[in-house]
This record gives sequence, structure tokens and C-alpha cells, in this order.
Amino acid sequence: MSSLSAHLPALQVVLPLLSAPFAVLLRHGGFAFGIVTAGAWAAFACAIGLWLQTGEAGIISYHIGSWPPPWGIEYRVDRLASFVLLLVSGTAAIVLPYSRASIEHEIPRELHYLYYAMFGLCLAGLLGITITGDAFNVFVFLEISSLSTYVLIALGRDRRALAASYRYLIMGTIGATFFVIGIGFLYLMTGTLNIVDLGERLRTVEDSRPVLAALAFITVGVSLKLALFPLHQWLPNAYTYAPSAVTAFLAATATKVSVYVLIRFWFSVFGETLIFEKLPLPQILLLLSLAAMFAASFIAIFQDNLKRLFAYSSVGQIGYITLGMSFDSVNGLGAAILHLFNHGITKAAIFLLIGGVVLGLAKNSAVPNSRGVPAGAVPPAPTFDRLAGLAKRMPLTCFGIVLAGLSLIGVPGTAGFVSKWYLILAAMEAGQFWIVAAILLSSLLAIAYVWRFVEVAYFKPAPEGTTKQEAPLGLLIPAWLLVIGTIWFGLDTSFTVGTATEAALQLVKAGR
Amino acid sequence: MSSGGLPEHFSYIVTVFLMVAGLFIVIARGNLIKKLVGLSVFQTSVYLLYITPGKLLGGTAPILSPQFTVYSNPLPHVLILTAIVVGVATLALGLALAVRIKEAYGTIEEDEITAADNAVQDVEGVKS
Amino acid sequence: MSVLAFAFVIPLLGAVGIALTGKWPNLRESVTLATAVLLFGTVLQLLEPVLAGARPELVLFEILPGLAIAFKVEPLGMLFGLIASGLWIVNSVYSIGYMRGNDEKHQTRFYVCFALSLASALAIAFAGNLLTLFLFYEVLTLMTYPLVTHAGTDKARAGGRTYLAILMGTSILFLLPAVIYVWHVAGTTDFTAGGILPAGTDSGAVSVLLALFMFGIGKAALMPFHRWLPAAMVAPTPVSALLHAVAVVKAGVFSVVKVVVYVFGLDQLAGATDWLVALAGFTIVAASIVALHADNLKRRLAYSTVSQLSYVILAAAILAPLSVIGAALHIAAHALGKITLFFAAGSIYTAAHKTEVSQLDGIGRRMPWTMAAFGIGALSMIGLPPAAGFISKWYLVSGAMSQGAWLALFVVLLSTLLNAAYFLPIVYRAFFRPLSAEAEHHPHGEAPLPIVIALTFTAFGTLALFFFPDVPLALAQQLVKS
Repeated sequence: MSSLSAHLPALQVVLPLLSAPFAVLLRHGGFAFGIVTAGAWAAFACAIGLWLQTGEAGIISYHIGSWPPPWGIEYRVDRLASFVLLLVSGTAAIVLPYSRASIEHEIPRELHYLYYAMFGLCLAGLLGITITGDAFNVFVFLEISSLSTYVLIALGRDRRALAASYRYLIMGTIGATFFVIGIGFLYLMTGTLNIVDLGERLRTVEDSRPVLAALAFITVGVSLKLALFPLHQWLPNAYTYAPSAVTAFLAATATKVSVYVLIRFWFSVFGETLIFEKLPLPQILLLLSLAAMFAASFIAIFQDNLKRLFAYSSVGQIGYITLGMSFDSVNGLGAAILHLFNHGITKAAIFLLIGGVVLGLAKNSAVPNSRGVPAGAVPPAPTFDRLAGLAKRMPLTCFGIVLAGLSLIGVPGTAGFVSKWYLILAAMEAGQFWIVAAILLSSLLAIAYVWRFVEVAYFKPAPEGTTKQEAPLGLLIPAWLLVIGTIWFGLDTSFTVGTATEAALQLVKAGR
Repeated sequence: MSSGGLPEHFSYIVTVFLMVAGLFIVIARGNLIKKLVGLSVFQTSVYLLYITPGKLLGGTAPILSPQFTVYSNPLPHVLILTAIVVGVATLALGLALAVRIKEAYGTIEEDEITAADNAVQDVEGVKS
Repeated sequence: MSVLAFAFVIPLLGAVGIALTGKWPNLRESVTLATAVLLFGTVLQLLEPVLAGARPELVLFEILPGLAIAFKVEPLGMLFGLIASGLWIVNSVYSIGYMRGNDEKHQTRFYVCFALSLASALAIAFAGNLLTLFLFYEVLTLMTYPLVTHAGTDKARAGGRTYLAILMGTSILFLLPAVIYVWHVAGTTDFTAGGILPAGTDSGAVSVLLALFMFGIGKAALMPFHRWLPAAMVAPTPVSALLHAVAVVKAGVFSVVKVVVYVFGLDQLAGATDWLVALAGFTIVAASIVALHADNLKRRLAYSTVSQLSYVILAAAILAPLSVIGAALHIAAHALGKITLFFAAGSIYTAAHKTEVSQLDGIGRRMPWTMAAFGIGALSMIGLPPAAGFISKWYLVSGAMSQGAWLALFVVLLSTLLNAAYFLPIVYRAFFRPLSAEAEHHPHGEAPLPIVIALTFTAFGTLALFFFPDVPLALAQQLVKS
């Protein structure tokens, strides 16, 4: 066992990565489901193991093929990485069982095994980005996850999913290429690709112009991937038209991992360079975050499609995460890391529940044909006019959305409150009371869009002849696990706050 | 690359030209295939960016042998091999999507696709 | 302290029981009543130790490092807890008569939400620190929202929107940063006698913080954030009676007094509350004038509540120990008086389906019990003996004199006249005007028995508090001494 636990960092990525080709070889939806789910659960177990290990030993450095860094590729797990690994693999472990029931009605059955293969690849890519200590390796894993993500989005049944996926492919590839250009500059200046080594060597680099260019390229490239306002245009359509399970998984993980990359490069690579201190980067990030918090949340209020509403809400909530980063303090960074996790599970819960709503609408609108896919070409979108009186039809689903919605607002007792608490505390520490006001005012926008759903679902009269038609248990149980998670992490914060604070301390200590 | 001058920076100028041209095509063209061509050009510029500084004129692969004294850095070459694979995969996926979009929309012009989407939204977007 | 835990467990279990027995109305109402009685009994058990000087505590778990969900019973919370849980029994009796008499829908949801609201109100009463108070303050808003929008009509929805927007908006916008700021500068949010702000806190910061608290506690309905209270009157009358005359609004002014006494401390605030005295005074007078012109009975009562709540804020803002005693007593006195008035309004609606003051000519002869109780409640509002309102006003005035707060004295005098001007005509109408011609054709008698029992009981309570004010007075005096 001890030898196994020493190899956890490698297993973390390899297990889900291996599950994907097996899923393709098996060519059978059920078997593919089994093996990819097993891979995801194994990854989750690895992540728990790594979290425990980093709790005891601090930073774990794993040398792939026993080549010591900086020559070989290093897998490096610190507190932050283990936290993100937990979020990503945990979400996958919950979303995959959900997929079983949900894609039945969204994807033709003969393509199911490919769905699972892509899911496995996407998971492996995201985990790889998080765990690797090699800058170019980050790019490779980024592309593995991105390519599989484009496919997953394109699997949506609406034809607009294709256009959304294409648009995301263009934007995503530009972002990734920018990123790799930045890595190229860094390599030119330092001759190393190891992230720790980069951080150390950059301190001594005198010619700062290429480093500046690298910083710019990397920041813009990653910002595209994390949908930092105003580089978010790909996100609303991609989230709206992707299959439900995919939306939930992406909302909880893809943008969050990109945020992780930005944190990693800002604090571990550029943190010690002089140019980083001199640039007004935090101020720029602050302004963009505020713009996201207000503009995106404001746009969300006027959306008619529930999925699109919460997609815009995601853009706004990412603003809170980057806002925390911009404070450049332990509490601010801690708040960012905390919100990364808390918002991840909250949004995943919401999108999983909406998946149940979409399924219910599809069932009502068409008679399923022999393939189990409704005959209608396009499933009805969850627009507000179709959701009138939804609480009568789906009481548990609606209640879950409301609870998770409260977390988006930041009502005490939910996970969203805890992150908001630390965010405001960080703003007060910085003496920036106008930012406190901005955070609170933008929360009011969240009330507006969450309450739009409440009023439609609970007060609009349901159409005649509405009967109770709750989403199947296969969808409800995973979704409610996450809803309970949002409440749990709002009341017992020792895990989330503890890990986030340790992670922030590690980053800032390493950087200063 | 210490002093300026066109010949010495020739490959960098090509790199930058390809980069900007590729990006321009992606942004300015509405045809989905042309966009992908632009994207490929853009990515190709990165290959040059990596390879150029790694290659020395007259340098060989780093084989330890007395007859070779000048080596090229192999690492950028290896990295770009990976990047090329990624680029090919992206292009393939992009083209596949373009085919599917053609099937679904009957066009590969971006403005026509947007118009078709807006038409659907007008029908769907009944205010609650 | 296990007794304290029961104060939260009982209503929660009660809510579950009500939900499970929803199919059998008689059983369901029995469960409600039994829960209310048990709860009052539990809270009553806490009274003796608290009077003896004990402060039972209960720490649940840490929500943030160093910040726990914790409860600690102190005299003011004891008083509020006693009132809320005691009046819940009466209100349950009343609710049964009202909800059945008016054939309301979704009665199970109504009783469940009611039990949960009571649990949150008690949690506010016994909260040991600001975070706990804030948590349950928000929970109370959310739990009462379904009650406010109970009717499900467009009007109810609009009212609910105002209710939620103002209460939630102010609490997130002002109260939350105030709580976090206290934590930021003091390193604790535990309620401690004498205040917790560090001695050298800048007086400007104290003023801003006070403003954040006063406007953040929207439930205290200080103008200009009072609009939610009239809007909430779309709720069924039992909700207006218990929640918007007792639990919710009292949770607001209770929090105000608690913050003034236990977070700032009276000494720290010296000189910082002049604007608050003026604003509370303005609210008292302005709301009274609106009430004077309101023809809808519940609306008149709502504005009367806005005005009376500011008495408590005014009393706290005067910062004299005597006036703080007055504030605590007024929480009790106004609760009893106002619930009687609302009960009467609901009784009139149930029996005669009348909602406007102008329709009440001669109704006292048909509904003598109801209107007599209304009269007693009105006396208490005006502050005349032998009703409880007299005592609290006495302490308020004494406190104001001791501090030389002449503005406050003038406001109290003026508002007493205004109170009389908008309450006494109703009583006069009911008993001395002849029945209108239209009413002659629609004979009706008293409201159903549970309603009459309930309002008679609270009317007696209003009188009893005047003659036997020992327990509330003892609690209020401890509040100032500690």
C-alpha cells in the first residue's frame, strides 16, 4: 500500500486517462459508463489521498519516470492543487452517475460510449492541468480537456450547440495559443519549463520586455479560458446548449481550473519578478471583476432561458473569484480559492437540477421513439414561459434550485455566504470600503435573478392538468448531494476555509 | 541576436507576420472554413517561435560524438511535435464541426448562422 | 444547557409533525397547539435561572474559525423569547378559528412555516453573537416569505416582493458589512455587556457603524425602510398579528436594543445618537400621520406599528438606563396591545368581512367582545392606564427627562395625541354610531369562538401587564445593570 500511495499523483491522472480508450474499445454504453465512472471514482479517491498527504507533508513533488526536475516532468501537489483536484474529481464522480439517466434522452444511444470516452478525457485533462508542475505540460493537458469539451458541447441536441461549440473552439484555441506563446517567451528567457524553476530563474532575468510579453500573453490566454469579463462571449451559448450533465461539469470545473492556472502563474511564476510588482495588474483585474459582477449579473436578470440565466450568473460569479485575487493578500486569495470551490458545487447543483427540468419538458412535449430519444427535432428550452407553476410539478427540483440560489446570493447558512464573508473581510483589510459596497450591491442583482425563478415557479399558475412529475431519482440524488453540499459547506467550514487559507498562505509565502 | 537588422531577425518577422495574419483571418472572416485556416496559420507561427531560437545553423542533434561540436536544442523540437499534434486535432475537430453545421444550418457563413439562430429565438423568446 | 436546546428542537420537531399530519386537520392543529404549549413551558423553565443571574449557554459548532453558532440567554432575549413563545399559543388558537373560518388554502404549509418562523425568532432572541443573530435574522425573512405571499394572488406577490427586497436588501447591504466590520475591528462578535468595540474606536467609524446597524436591521422599520411592513399586510391576519406585530418586528427592535447595549455599549455611543433620536422621532410622527389618513384598518395598524417600533429605537437612542428599561418594556407592552388589535381586525373580517374603518359604524353592538378588546389595545397604544403601554412610556419619558432630551419628550407628547386621534374615533364609531343601512341587511354576530377567546385573552394580558409588571421589569432592570 505504501508504494501505491507514493504514486498517487501519477494515478490521479492516469486512471481517468486510461478509462477513455477502454470506453472507446468496449463500444458499449453500459460498459463505457462503468469503466469511466470507476476511473472518476478512483481519481476522487486519489484526490482524497493527496489532500490527506499534503495536509501532513506540505508539498508533494513526484518525478515522472524518476527524472528529477527541472529536467524531467514534475507533478507537484500543494494545498491549492489538492483542493482543486478534489473539486474536479468529486464533481466528476457525482456528475457521471447523473449522466447515465440524463443523456439517455439527449444523446443517441449508439454514441453513448463516445460521450463517456470524451468525459474521461476531459476529466484527465483538467486533473492534469492542476497537478502538473511543468508549464508546457499545462498546455498539453489544457488542449486535451478543451478538445474533449468542444465535442461534449457539440453533443447537445439543439443545432445551436454546434455553433456554440465551434465558437468556443475558435476562442479556446486562440486562448491556448496565446498561453503557449507566453510559455515560449518564458522558455526563451530562462531555458526551463518547470514552474518552480521558472519562478526562481525569473528573479534574475534582467531584460524584462519578453517577460512582460509572456505575462501579457499568458494572462489574456488564460482569461479567455476562464471567461473573465469581457472575454466571456463563448460561455453563455456553450453552457446553454450543451447536454445538461456537461453544463454542470463544465460550470463546476473548466473555468475553475483555468482560474487555478492564472493563480498558479501569477503567484508561483511571476510573483517574485519585479515587473509584476510594478504593473497595475491587480487594479486592472479589479476593474474587470467589478464589471463582471455587475454587467453579467445584470444581463442575467433579463434572460428568458433558465440555463442562459445561470450561465451569465457564472460569468458574474467568476468576477468574485478574480476580485479576491486582485487584493493580493492572504485573505483575498483565500476568498478567491474558497469561492472557486463553493461556487463550483453550487453551480453544478443548479445545472444538474435544471437538467431534470429539461428532461421533464422533453418528456411532456414529445412521445419517445424507439431509440429513447423524443421525436421532436429540438427539445424545448427551459424558458420562463414553460416553467410556470413548476414547483407543483417538480417540488424537490425547484426547492433545490432555490436553496442553491440562496448560496449564489450569499444568504448565511450557505456556502456562498462564507466566501462572501472572506471577500468582504479582505476588502476591509485593504481599507477599500467602496469595494465592500460594490460586492454587496452586486449581491442584490443575484436576488433579482434568483427571485425571478422563484416567482415563476411558485406563483405563476401551472397549466391545466398539471400533475406531479418529479425528475427521476437517478437525476435527483446526485443533484441533491451537491445541494446538501452547498448547505453543509455553509455551516461546517473547517474543510473549505481551512484548506483555502492554507493554500493561500503557501502561495503567498512562496511568492514573497 | 544581439544587434538589430533585418536579416538576423528575419525568422522573427515571419513569425510575427504569420501570427498577426492568422489572427486577423480568424477575426475578420465570416466563413467557418476560412476561420479555421486562419487559426492554423496562427498556430503555425507558434511552431516557428519555438523552433527558431532552438536551431543553430550547422547544429546537429545532440549526439555525443567528437565529430559534432555544435548542437541544436532538441527540447523545442519535441515540444512543437506535440503542439503540431494538438493543432492537427483542433483543425480536424473544427472541420468536423463545420461539416455538421453545414448539415444543420445549410450554410457555413457566420452571419447567416447568427441570423438563423436569432430567427429561432424570436419564435421561442415569448416573454414570461 | 439542554433546556435551551429544547427551545429550538421543539418547534422544529413540531414543524415535522405538522407536515406529517397535514392530511388530518384536527390532528395537525393539535400538534401545533401541543408544540406551542411545550415550547412556552420550555422557555418558562429558563426564566427562573435567568432572573437568578444565570446565563445559560449553548455552543453548537464553529461556522467560521473563531465564530460559532452560539446561544446565550440574557434578560432581554429572555423577555422576547417569553413573549414570542407565549403569544404563539394564543395565536395558534386564533389561527385555527381564522383559517377555518375563511377557508384558507395550503393550511399545512401555513402551520409549518409558522413553526419554523417561531424557531428562528427564538434563535434570534437567544443568539449569543452577531453572526448567529444575522443567520437567523435572514432565516426568519425567508421563512415568513411564504406566509406573506400565502394568498398567491398578484397583490400578494407584489407585497412579497417588497417584503423580501427591503428586508433582504437592507440586511445584505448594511447589516452584513456592519457585522463583518465588528469582527474586523473587535475580533469577536459575542454579545458582551458594555460593548465589544475596542476603546479607541474612531467616533466617525462608530457613527457609520451605528447607521449601518440601524438601517441594516430593516425589520425595525426605521424610515425610509419601513415600506415592507404595510406591504406585508397582504398576509392572513394571524400572520400580521403574530409576525408583524410580535415576532418579526420585535426581532428588529430587539436586535437594535441588543446591538446598542451589547455591541456598542451605552457609554461608547454618547453623543453619536442625536441623528437617530431625530430620525426615530420623525418616523414616529410621520407614521402616525399616515395612519391617521388610512381607511384600511390593517394599514392603519401597520403604520401604527411603524410608529410604535420607533418608540423602542428612540428609547434606546436616548441612552439613559431608564429609557432602555422603557425600550425593553415597550417590546412586551406593544406586543400584547398590537396583537389584540390585529386579532380584532381579523375577527371583524371573519365575521363581517369588513376591512375599512369607515364601514365599522355600530359594529360594537354586534361584536362587543371584539370591540372591547380593541378598545383596550388602543388604550395601550396611546399609553393610558390601565394598559401596559403606560408603563413603558413612563420609563421612556423618565429616561428622556434624566438626559434632558427635550426633542424626544416633544415627540412622545405629539405622538400620544396623534395615537389618540387615530384610534379613539374607531372605538367611538363602533359603539356610538348607528349601524349603516347596508350593514342592517347583513346580520352577523361575534366571530368564531377560538378567535374571541384569543383576543379576550390578549386584552386581559394587556391589562395584567399594567398591574403585574414584576417579571418584565426585573428582566429589564437586569439588562441595564449588567
